[in-house]
Amino acid sequence: MLEIKNLHATAGDKEILRGIDLTVNAGEVHAVMGPNGSGKSTLAQVLAGHPAYEVTAGTVTYEGQDLLAMDPEVRAQQGIFLAFQYPVEIPGVSNAYFLRAAYNEIRKARGEDEIDPMSFADLMDERMKLVEMDPSMLSRSVNTGFSGGEKKRNEILQMAVLEPKLAVLDETDSGLDIDALRIVAHGVNSLRRPDNATIVVTHYQRLLNYIVPDFVHVLAGGRIVRSGGKELAFELEEKGYDWLLEGAVA
Amino acid sequence: MIETYLKGFEEIASNGGSAAPDWARSLRLSAITRFEALGFPTTKNEDWHFTSVAPIAEREFDLLAPPAHGVTAAQLEPFTFGATDWHTLVFVNGRYDASLSSAKALPDGVTLLPLKRAYEELPLLVEQYLGKVAAYEGQTFTALNTAFLDDGAVLHVAREVEVAQPIHLLFVSDASAGAGTSQPHNLIVLDRFAKATVIESYAGLGNGAYFTNVVTEAVVGDGATLTHLKLQRESAKAYHVGTVDVRQARDSHLVSFSFATGAALSRTNIYTELRGEGCGATLNGLYLGDGEQHIDHQTRIEHVEPNCYSREHYKGILDGSAHGVFNGKVFVHPAAQKTDGKQTNNTLLLSEKAQIDTKPQLEIFADDVKCTHGATVGRLDETSLFYMKSRGIDARTARELLTYAFAADVLETIEQVEVREALEAATLRRYTEH
Repeated sequence: MLEIKNLHATAGDKEILRGIDLTVNAGEVHAVMGPNGSGKSTLAQVLAGHPAYEVTAGTVTYEGQDLLAMDPEVRAQQGIFLAFQYPVEIPGVSNAYFLRAAYNEIRKARGEDEIDPMSFADLMDERMKLVEMDPSMLSRSVNTGFSGGEKKRNEILQMAVLEPKLAVLDETDSGLDIDALRIVAHGVNSLRRPDNATIVVTHYQRLLNYIVPDFVHVLAGGRIVRSGGKELAFELEEKGYDWLLEGAVA
Repeated sequence: MIETYLKGFEEIASNGGSAAPDWARSLRLSAITRFEALGFPTTKNEDWHFTSVAPIAEREFDLLAPPAHGVTAAQLEPFTFGATDWHTLVFVNGRYDASLSSAKALPDGVTLLPLKRAYEELPLLVEQYLGKVAAYEGQTFTALNTAFLDDGAVLHVAREVEVAQPIHLLFVSDASAGAGTSQPHNLIVLDRFAKATVIESYAGLGNGAYFTNVVTEAVVGDGATLTHLKLQRESAKAYHVGTVDVRQARDSHLVSFSFATGAALSRTNIYTELRGEGCGATLNGLYLGDGEQHIDHQTRIEHVEPNCYSREHYKGILDGSAHGVFNGKVFVHPAAQKTDGKQTNNTLLLSEKAQIDTKPQLEIFADDVKCTHGATVGRLDETSLFYMKSRGIDARTARELLTYAFAADVLETIEQVEVREALEAATLRRYTEH
């Protein structure tokens, strides 16, 4: 599904990704872990096409296509979804309007008709239950005045509605209490299917108790310095990152 | 041209003018004298620094606004918000039109009349307040308006009476307004604990280069609440100067919204004096400009007494070569301790040539107050654009939606649902349909 080769990216003059190689197949969950400043959020944002980052070398192939040549909206229409670490507030646009606009764009890209408002309301009812969101959140402006937990749940709601092939969760667990974490993880797990894949970017092993990865990668200094199975996450929890950082470019 | 007005005044006076009590005639005479002495302001005048009124000052407007040529109710529909149960007074080219007006069964204690009838039916009230709230001594346009005082609306709400439905004062200028001027003057008096919503609409039915110069005076009694919406949708070539001058008594509230999108040149003044303790004033507004439009807002909040609050949020979207001006004055008098004031002005510029002059002006003479102000001028937020694109929304739609959202953010503070929804829909169409 996704093949990243020797990916280098900069923000301004600063090189942040220094040669990432990663392959993700359908049905898999990959965890990307690493200390602060290791480049894990940058990787997530580069995959979504954030304009603040410039890819200076390497390739990213998604479903056989050159991902880096696509605009962010095309990536989303092709099934890529980034759950933001800091979801953006958009005062003046209701959550319902925003979600329906996004949903219809993605349907259009798939060659499907736009959904009528009634059917969309039914779909929302069902998906909101998944993340235990109050229906009143739909009429509020996107993320505006939402608590940290509400924002993260709103991200997962969007994911549940848009049904991406490849979801990238950027530190979705940060700032969540254990109840919110459970709700978010339950949402993500419910959406897992053999034909989609998830990349979970996280600083803490805690999230991986709830979203169990098939592979764990440790990012440091802009490179993947260690890959392994889910047991690697436990090892990190126990030993910290330092033992892996020796020899890596800091 | 000042001379045109002076000559016009002489003619009207020598004709005996229109029916008006002696005190009103003498008020007009004082006002024309002040107008002559003041002359039109130049950009050297601090209050007019960013707005040249030369296009108004140099033009000869026809002082006797021509009568309407069969304006129909259907023509007014775009400006009536589909409301059927409002109390509506319609003025065409500045003149009251009884046939288009409909004051639905007003509650006891509520009087809504055109000025000439108010002279007869509310003589004491009108004499007590008219020309007393909106001081014309230092304001050219108020002096001009007062000199030609002849028509407008008078609303009186007796103590403890709440008017459930909005009162709509709809001023339209039809094609025959041509290069005419209308000088409507409104008076709103809410007695203690009264409550009312007044919507003033200014709309053009044709495309004339007419000039509307309106003054609205409002007296809000103890514990009373006035919601006031001023909607300026004049025709594209028109000139509009509108002043709303409010005097608030103890524990009263003013909720004001100014929407300005019409006219080649417009200036809206929203002034309020908080003259008693425990008052609140909320002044919001939205200006949308394009082409060569010039849209100026000046607000003035006078905190005279302690323990009052004011909240002010003006937003604007300017495209083409439009020029916006926002001057927000907040004066905190020495006695006005514990004043809580907040002012914000945000403008979105959609083109290189669009410009805004924003000038917050806080003058604080009390030492125990909390007053803040902030202004932003900018373009669409890149992070928000990326967020929307990352959900599959194409770049153009994302820009359009964010532009609309910028305006909707302040439109949603309008409590009257018909007005809010109509302005939201019109704004959405404006920024999303091509």
